[in-house]
Formats: sequence, structure tokens, C-alpha cells
Amino acid sequence: MNWADLNLMPALPEIFLLAALSFILVLDLFIPDEKRDVTYGLSLLTLAACAALQLATFEPFATTTFSGMFVDDPMADIIKVAMYGVTAAVLVYTRQYVADRGMFRGEYYTLSLFALLGMNVMVSSSHFLTLYIGLELLSLALYALIALRRDSAAGTEAAMKYFVLGALASGMLLYGMSMVYGATGSLAISEIAAAIASGHSNAVLLVFGLVFLVAGLAFKLGAVPFHMWVPDVYQGSPTAVTLMLGAAPKLAAFVFIIRILVQGMGELSGDWQGMLVLIAALSMMIGNVAAIAQTNIKRMLAYSTISHMGFLLLGLLAANEQGYASAMFYAMVYVLTTLAGFGVLLALSHAGFECEKLEDLKGLNQRNSWYAFLMLLVMFSMAGIPPLAGFYAKFAVIKSVVDLGAVNMGFGMVSALYLAVFAVMMSLVGAFYYLRVVKNMYFDDKQSDAPIVVRGEMKVLLSVNALALLVLGVLPQGLIELCIEAMRQSLAVL
Amino acid sequence: MDMKSLYLLIALSPLAGAIIAGLFGWAIGRRAAHVVTIAGVAVSAVLSLKVLYGFLNGGAVFNETVYTWLTVGGMEFSVGFLVDSLTALMLVVVTSVSLMVHIYTIGYMSEDPGYQRFFSYISLFTFSMLMLVMSNNFVQLFFGWEAVGLVSYLLIGFWFKRPTATYANLKAFLVNRVGDFGFLLGIGLVLAHFGGSLNYADVFAALPQVKDQTIQIIPGVDWSLMTVTCILLFVGAMGKSAQFPLHVWLPDSMEGPTPISALIHAATMVTAGIFMVSRMSPMFELSDTALNFVMITGSITALFMGFLGIVQNDIKRVVAYSTLSQLGYMTVALGASAYSVAMFHVMTHAFFKALLFLAAGSVIIGMHHEQDMRKMGGLRKYMPITWITSLLGSLALIGTPFFSGFYSKDSIILAVEHSNLAASGFATFAVLAGVFVTAFYSFRMYFLVFHGKERWMDAAHPASHHGDHADEEPDHDHHHGLGPNDKPHESPWVVTLPLVLLAIPSVIIGYFAVGPLVGGDFFNGVIFTNLAAHPGLAAVMPHAEHAFEMGMHAFVTLPFWLALAGVVTAWVFYMKAPQIPAAIKKTFAPVNTLLENKYYLDEIYFAVFAKGSRALGTFFWKICDMLLIDGLIVNGSAKLVGSFSRVVRRLQTGFIYSYATTMIVGVLALITIWFSQLIFG
Amino acid sequence: MLQNYFPILLFVIVGLMVGVGPIVLGKLVSPNRPDPEKLSPYECGFEAFEDTRMRFDVRYYLVAILFILFDLEIAFLFPWAVVLKEIGMFGFGAMLVFLAILTIGFIYEWKKGALEWE
Repeated sequence: MNWADLNLMPALPEIFLLAALSFILVLDLFIPDEKRDVTYGLSLLTLAACAALQLATFEPFATTTFSGMFVDDPMADIIKVAMYGVTAAVLVYTRQYVADRGMFRGEYYTLSLFALLGMNVMVSSSHFLTLYIGLELLSLALYALIALRRDSAAGTEAAMKYFVLGALASGMLLYGMSMVYGATGSLAISEIAAAIASGHSNAVLLVFGLVFLVAGLAFKLGAVPFHMWVPDVYQGSPTAVTLMLGAAPKLAAFVFIIRILVQGMGELSGDWQGMLVLIAALSMMIGNVAAIAQTNIKRMLAYSTISHMGFLLLGLLAANEQGYASAMFYAMVYVLTTLAGFGVLLALSHAGFECEKLEDLKGLNQRNSWYAFLMLLVMFSMAGIPPLAGFYAKFAVIKSVVDLGAVNMGFGMVSALYLAVFAVMMSLVGAFYYLRVVKNMYFDDKQSDAPIVVRGEMKVLLSVNALALLVLGVLPQGLIELCIEAMRQSLAVL
Repeated sequence: MDMKSLYLLIALSPLAGAIIAGLFGWAIGRRAAHVVTIAGVAVSAVLSLKVLYGFLNGGAVFNETVYTWLTVGGMEFSVGFLVDSLTALMLVVVTSVSLMVHIYTIGYMSEDPGYQRFFSYISLFTFSMLMLVMSNNFVQLFFGWEAVGLVSYLLIGFWFKRPTATYANLKAFLVNRVGDFGFLLGIGLVLAHFGGSLNYADVFAALPQVKDQTIQIIPGVDWSLMTVTCILLFVGAMGKSAQFPLHVWLPDSMEGPTPISALIHAATMVTAGIFMVSRMSPMFELSDTALNFVMITGSITALFMGFLGIVQNDIKRVVAYSTLSQLGYMTVALGASAYSVAMFHVMTHAFFKALLFLAAGSVIIGMHHEQDMRKMGGLRKYMPITWITSLLGSLALIGTPFFSGFYSKDSIILAVEHSNLAASGFATFAVLAGVFVTAFYSFRMYFLVFHGKERWMDAAHPASHHGDHADEEPDHDHHHGLGPNDKPHESPWVVTLPLVLLAIPSVIIGYFAVGPLVGGDFFNGVIFTNLAAHPGLAAVMPHAEHAFEMGMHAFVTLPFWLALAGVVTAWVFYMKAPQIPAAIKKTFAPVNTLLENKYYLDEIYFAVFAKGSRALGTFFWKICDMLLIDGLIVNGSAKLVGSFSRVVRRLQTGFIYSYATTMIVGVLALITIWFSQLIFG
Repeated sequence: MLQNYFPILLFVIVGLMVGVGPIVLGKLVSPNRPDPEKLSPYECGFEAFEDTRMRFDVRYYLVAILFILFDLEIAFLFPWAVVLKEIGMFGFGAMLVFLAILTIGFIYEWKKGALEWE
């Protein structure tokens, strides 16, 4: 290995991100508290520059570097650009919130960027080790973010739970990886795929490893039965961090699954398909049903996340290009929706008041009809009501399941139609609690007259964000085709 | 600019205006709202003229998919434009009338608090209408169809604080639902039987294979597929184009502001049905039964709605019934397979009827929101421009030779006379009698408003009076009617300018257009008429080639003298001897009552459909809904979900060890299942 | 295949027996006559001076974590130094990047005051 062999171009955005991050970290030490906006501005600038670099170095095929441990393919590019955008939106939405709660510190921004770097590494890994490093970088940054308010009991409790359970899940993931290593003799994803395809690896060991890998992945997504941390952590974290946790990492987790299950263990799709069926069905059921009983809106959204991850898995378990593309579309739409939903909650919170109870939304229409309308769009999209984007997302994944014909449920083949009908019924159950929020906003009397003060840039971005759901719902074809194309280009290589 | 972007620009610029005025109207203010919407429509209008000019010089037909909305199991739903001479004609009519109405609205709505909203709506309407006429497939047609219906609903109820307005818009919506249901069924049949595509071109290409097919809707009875499909599609047209018996919503729609009565309920939206049937001419030509049905419906509407116009005293309602009657004429022309003639009448009617509506609006402004003609009279002195333009519009409407209405209406009468369908006998009588009736009610209105005694002097009432007049803003009751010392006044230039601009085509366009549109080959390859089987159009074409001779010839034909008789009768009744109508009213009291109650159709509908469906609804509500669905399915499943939800909630203990246990149990379960599969399976 | 693991099973069983056997044996065989003196805790022949579960200053943890960080840094440096000749300038550069990143962390903790005891 020497300098000439090292092509840093595929990792240029990550390298830039790390450099900018280090710069901000050090610079922030010398910035007095009242000038913290410099850190905020620099962080946004970094994200913009990363996105620009990503687009500038875009190539419609996959390139690898770092001895094949790092890959840059169209899927990674698209997801990364989306993550830059999402992270930037999170920082803008939470600007006032963190300032009101004494979290407006350099660490908030540097940790967010570290989390992003971790996600970037995850997204671009073509090796189990880089995947794991990325995952841990993301997780460690998130643990710290959740506990950023050291005096908040709920926050530290959430951080502790997430840390312990996260460590357990990481352990399972590593265990699974070591099993796969034992069976195939490699940690590089392409070599694993080749070894499995050759048929010489130990099948028992592989399936054993697969179960642990799936468990670790399901934990990251927050799918049943590895979901228990989700409600507690969503509720306990400061809303700003909940948003950080619930948005971009889902995109990264999606690619994570694609890398491990599809690119690495695609040959075993007959096995993991069945596991995902169980996990997806349980997630849709538990998530939607438990959400009904919630009075805390953050907790409700946490359960809603669980059910959405069930839907996301529906697309993945189809184990074909169309299914992956629909899952990717679902992930994008889900993140956009979550962003807008939490954005409205953040807009309604102010110093000394957390908007997190369902009652807090009562009569929102009387207080400010625009935010009520935006929240309405979010809720309709989550419930999957046309013409919002959520409808097409659900439609696409369910269609990919229906096209499947039959699925292996572990104890035998079952018609995919049952799964599709089940999914539709569960989304019907889900519509109940989404519409309850709408009812609260539009048909109940307001409980507070507190003025809704929102910074200008957030007002614009939030409106654009929520209206994008409508636009994507009416004109979904562009993004769908982008997802299909990305999948086609990225999966063809490995 | 290539044609695709040109057409996109035509359709989208009103939409852009509507969005800006609608969403940001509060920020940009009233002035900017009308500037952007007018600019948007003006762009469309200019480009539409360019398109029409292109087709007059043999332009090429454009048929392309612009955007694929979604693909489901091989079915493609897309946005596509089909622009041919038929579309081009509609484009010009829609955009030019819309532009006039936009300008007029500046004056008419100047004091209304919903100013920006109004501009947004009418621009949105223009967009929807353009999407409708430019569509190349049934889905987009249906989209435009519903979108114009929606905007019409919003605009009829524009003054939503007034109960009559909300009642009227609900009525319009519900009646249109009946028509749309038929339309949707028709589209469904097209999809099911006509080659599985919804594109016009594909459907028409499939016609030779399906024209003799039959379907069984009632088991054992074979019906011609073409007839059923065409009649169902036409039911949609009956709703939108207000044909008997689905016409009841149109008179009530006059609750909306006058500009939209002119734009939507006279010139454009209500002609969508006529346009649609013309577009589908290759299908309708294959079913004589359907054509007979169309013709009968049209002739009933043409004649009997005209009668109702005679007894109305509200100036807008007279024009509304006149619109119904004229729509009947267009439908009769469709029935006679003279689609080009129907489209020709759509065009001329759009201009002179928009003119008459806007003139009526101008009178209403001049009279301070008084709409009762009995309280007007002698206005020509005070409102000279409105007077002249109204006179020109009325002359065009009754078919005075050389005016635009003459060419189109005379062509219709000729075509019907020469039609060989079974219904043509009654239709000929109806359209001829209709000429007299039209002339009579038009000039009754004209004389009552502009000539004779200045009755508003006696009628001038105290400011607190509340009448049953539709066109007023409830927040401004003090504007209502003339005060004791007020005089009517001419309207501002933004109101009179559109009147003048509309008066010009109302007078001359027929003379210039009859040759190419009816006699010539403008619609060749677009509208299909089987001249051998349906000779109505063939009889008209030789006349239409010579516009001047056609006009001169009129003086020796029956319609001209019938019209003249109508005018003279109106003059005698309302200028010379007002006691005659009063005496007639007394002698024929039952007839008068019948007419004043609009043939009791509203009452019948209410008794049969409203009450009937309520009874049915009560049954479903009490038995099916409350007992079975609510009790068993809804509440039962809700209870089930609720109890399950509580169980799940209890599992979420909040302790890390139980969470970790769940995870490990999950892993164990997965391992067990897959290992048993591996070992035993 | 499972019989390959039989030695392991044997090993586990023997291991268990070796561990559990003496305890059980001791319980069964040895005399057992407790009195309060015998049962009380003692420290090098004296009574216990204080509770063994004493509180540590939280700063110990901080220092301990920082120690581990830089300890690991050294652990990386040793093998690197051994093979520096083979990996040449590229290896040198890579380590410099690694050290630079650690240095940034070091600056951060220094400036934050993590290294000051008081």
C-alpha cells in the first residue's frame, strides 16, 4: 500500500466532514456563549458543503476505496444527500428549542455531526468492520446527545436504557458477524456473498449468524421484539434529540440492512425473508395497537415509528429490486414525515413548556391554523391517506408484497395476500390515533393562548417540508424512479 | 419554444396565478392578487390564440403523455395533452372569456373582503377547465371534470355566510354527483371493454372490434355495448351541462357572484358536456339509440326551460334559464350528429351569454344590488354602454341575421330539420318554438330593464329593506337597492371594457367562423360524423360556406319571423299594453303556477329522492349501522384492540432487564424456528 | 457432527465436578460450629474501620477513561514502530492522521478542563 494506490475521492465528503467537524470542535472552545450562533452557522455550512461535494463527486456506478472497505454507490449518494438535508433541517428546527433549554452548546452540534459521520460510514461500508465502526460512532454520539441535559432524570434514564440495550444489540450483531466470519472466512461483504454462493460454507453456522444479525438490525430499526427501547427513549429524550434519533438514523439503518442482508447474504433471502415477515407483522401490530393507548404524543409517535418500520420491512422482505426501491421510498417519506411532525411539536414548545401531551394540540386550529394544517398533512401522510406521500409509500410496499405470491413464514409457505391484508388492516387501526390528533386540533377548544413564536428560517423550512408531503403525494413518480434507479445501479455491482 | 412546453405553459400559468393569489393573497394584497391572476390568464389567452391561429393554418395535432402519474399493474395513469382543432377552439373560448371575467371582477368585487380568494378560485377554475379540454385520456378528463365541479361548488357558495348560497352549492354538488356517477360508470365500461386503455386514441382504435358487442346488465337481456356506454357518458354530460332532468342546480347557482355566473355557469363549465360528447363523436356515431336519447333530452331542455325564462323576475335568473335553453340547443345539435355545429354554438354562445351575464351584473351594480326587473326600467339613459352592449347581446341571442347567434342557431335548426332520427320530428318543433320563446323572454327582459317607466323611483325603499335578492354581500346590507334619492349610474371602466370587448365577437364572430367551422374542414379528422347515416350536417354545410348569402336567405325563413314575432309580442306586452300579461296570468293561472314552481321538479325530487333516501338511510342507520356494524364490528373490534393495547402497555414495564429479556426471548424464538426448520424441514 | 463436540462436553462436566466437588465435600465433611466472633468481618486482625463500599470521586472515572484512550494510542504505536520500515511513508502519514485526530480530542479535553483536578 502506498499513496498512489489510495483513491480518496469516494470518501471525500466524509473526509471533509471529519475535518470540518474537528475544526468546529476546536473553534467552539474559544467562542463565548453569546456567540454560539457561529457554531450553528458553521454546522449548517458544513452540511451544505458536504451535500455539494457529494453531488459534485456523484458517479452513476459504484467505486470502492480503503482496500475495498468503503464503497460509494448511487444508493449511498442519494441516502447521504438526504441525510445531510435531514440533519440540517433538524438543526434548524431545534435551534430555538435547545436555546430555551440550556442545550445550546457546541457539543450539541459536534455530536450531531459525529452521528452523521457515523451514519455516513455505515452507509458507505462494504465490510463488516467499517459497518460496525460506523454504527458505534453513531450510537455513542446518540447516547451522549440523549444525556446532554445532565440534570434531567428522564434524559439520563433514557440514555442509560439506550446504552445498555444498545450494547446488548451491538453484542448480538458482533456475535452474528463472527458466526458469518466463521462460516465464510471473510468480513468483506462481496467475499461473503461469493462464499455463500459457492455453497461450501456451513449452513447451520450461517443461519445461526443470520438470526443474530437480524436481531441486531431489528434493534437498530426498533422493530418488535427488539423495540422496547423505542418508546422510553423517544419520550425521555429532549424532543430535539428525539428528532435527531428518529430521522436520519432510519435512513442509515435501511442501507445497513441492504448492505448486510441483501448484498452480503442475498443467497439466504429465503431464510431472512421469513424472519422479516414475523418481525414486520409483529411490529405493525404491536406498534399500531399500543399507540392507541398513549396520551403522550412523543410516545405515540414512538409506537407509530415501530409500526412504520414494520411497513419498511415489508418492502425489504420482498427480496427483489422493486421491493427494495419501495422500501427506500418508504424510508425517505417516513423521514420527511417525522421531520415535519416533530418540527411542529418543536414549534409549539417554548421555554418552560414541552408540547408532548395529546391535549397540548387541542384547538391548535384556533391558535394557528397554518401549523394545524401542516400537522394535518403529517398525520394524513402517516395514516396513508391519499393524495399524501404516505399513501404511495404504503401502496408501493404492499404492492411489492402482493406481487410476491407466497412468503416463507418459517413454519411453511403462506400466501402473501394474507400479509398484505394484515398490513392494510393494521394501517386502518393506525388511522385511528392519527385522526385523533386531527380531531384534537380541529374540533376541540384550545387550552392555551400562548403565542406561537417561531424563527423565520424554521417557519419557511417547516412549511416546505410539510408541503413536500403533498407534492410527493401528487407527483411521486420522480422519487420512485430515483429509488429504482439507485437500487438497480447499486445492487448490480456487488 | 417547443409545442409541449407551450401547452404546459397554457395550462399552468393560471394555476400559478391561483396558487400565488390563494396561498399568499394575504401577504401580497388585493392589487397584486388581481395582477398575477390576470397576468397568468392573459399568458394563456395569448398563447391559445397562437395555437388556434396555428390550426387555422393547418397545424399538426399534438398527442403526447406529459407526465406519468403512476403505473398500476400495467395500467398507466398519466397526464397527457391532446391538442387538435377542437381543443384549440375551446382553449380560445375558455381563456378569452376568463380573461374578460377576470378584468370585470376587479370592478364587481372591489368591495368584497374575499377579493384574493375570488381571484384565486377563478384562476383555478381556468386551470381545471384547460386540463379538461386538453386531456388525451379519460382519467384526466375526469379529473378536470371533477375539478371544475369543485371550483363551481366553492364559487356558488362564495358568500358562505348566506344560507341560500350554501344550500345552492350543496344542491349543485349533489345533482352533479348523479351525473358523475353515470359518467364514471361509462368510463368503467370503456376501460373494461375498449381495449383496456383509457387513452382516447386507443379507445377509438378499438371501436371497430367492439361496436357490435352486447352486454348483459340485467341477466338474459342483451344490450348494445355502444348504446349503454354512450348513454352513461351522456348522463355525465347531462349533469354538467344541466340537461333536463338534471338541470335543477343551474338556476340556483346564480347565488354565486355574477362574474362566475358568466364564466362558469354560462360560457365554459356547462359546455364541458357538449365538448365531451363532441370529443367522443366516433363512439356516439355508432349508436342511433344514444343519439335519439341525446336529441330528446336536448329538445325538452331547449323548449321547456325557455318557458320558465318568461315568468322570472330576477334578472340573473332570466339569463340562467336562457342558458339552460341554449344548452338544450347545443345538445339537440349533438343528437343530430352535427357536432361541429354544436361546438360552433358553444363558441358564439360563450361570447354573447358571458356578455349578457356581465351586463346583468353591471345593471346590478348600477342599481346597488337590486335584481328584481320590476323595480328597474328606463336604465338606458343612465347606463348607455351597458344598454348598447346588452342590446347587441340580446340580438345575438335571438338569432338576428348576421349576428353570431344567428349563424350557429340557424345551423342547428337546419341540421335538426334534416336529421333522420326518430326524435327529429319533436326536436324540430322544439327548436322552432324555442326561437319564439327566446326572443320573447330576451326582449321582455330588455324592455323591462332599459326602457319604459323608471320604476325604481317608486320602488326606492328604506335602507333597512331585506329582499330575496341573491347577489349581495351580507356584510354590506346597507348597499342594497337604491336609496330614495339615488340614481342608477354607469359602472367603472373595468366593468364596461369587458362588455365592449365581448360585444365585438358576439356580433361578428359567427359571420367569420361559420365557413371554416361548419362548412369547411377545420374539424376534419377530429370530429367524426357518419354523413351517410346522419344527413343533418350535410344539409348545413353548403349554406355555411357562404356566410353572407346565408344571412340574406334568413329573411325568407321561418326562424327569423318567429324571432321577430317574439320581439314584437314582448314589446306589446311590456311596453304598450301591460294589462295583457296580467290578464293572461289570471286566465291561465294553473299554467303560471306550474311555471313559477319550475314544473314542481324540486318538490318531486325532494319528496322522492331526498325523503326516500332518508328513509333508506334511517333503515341502514338503525339496523345495519347501529346494530351490526357499530355494535358488532366497530365497537367489538375497538374493544378487542383496546384490550390488546392494554396488555401491550403492561409489557412495557420500564425496566431494562425486562426489555433485555424480551430481546433475548426474541432471538431464541427466531433461532428455534429456523433451526427446527433446518433440522426437521 | 455433534459427536465431535463430545470431548468438550466431557471437559465441561469434569470442570464442573472439579469446581463443585470440593465445596460440596467441604460442606459435608468439615465440622461447622459458628459463633459471633467467628462470623464478624475483620481487617488484618482488626475490626473494620469503615464501610468497604466507599464512594469514589467521579473525577477518577474521567481520568481513567482518558487514560485508556491514550493507553490504546501507545498500544497502537508499538507495533507501528516495529514495522515502520516496511510500511514506509504511507504508514507514517496514516499514523500522523490518527495522532492528529487524537490531538484534537486532547485539545478539547484540556480546554474543557477535564485534566484539572480542582
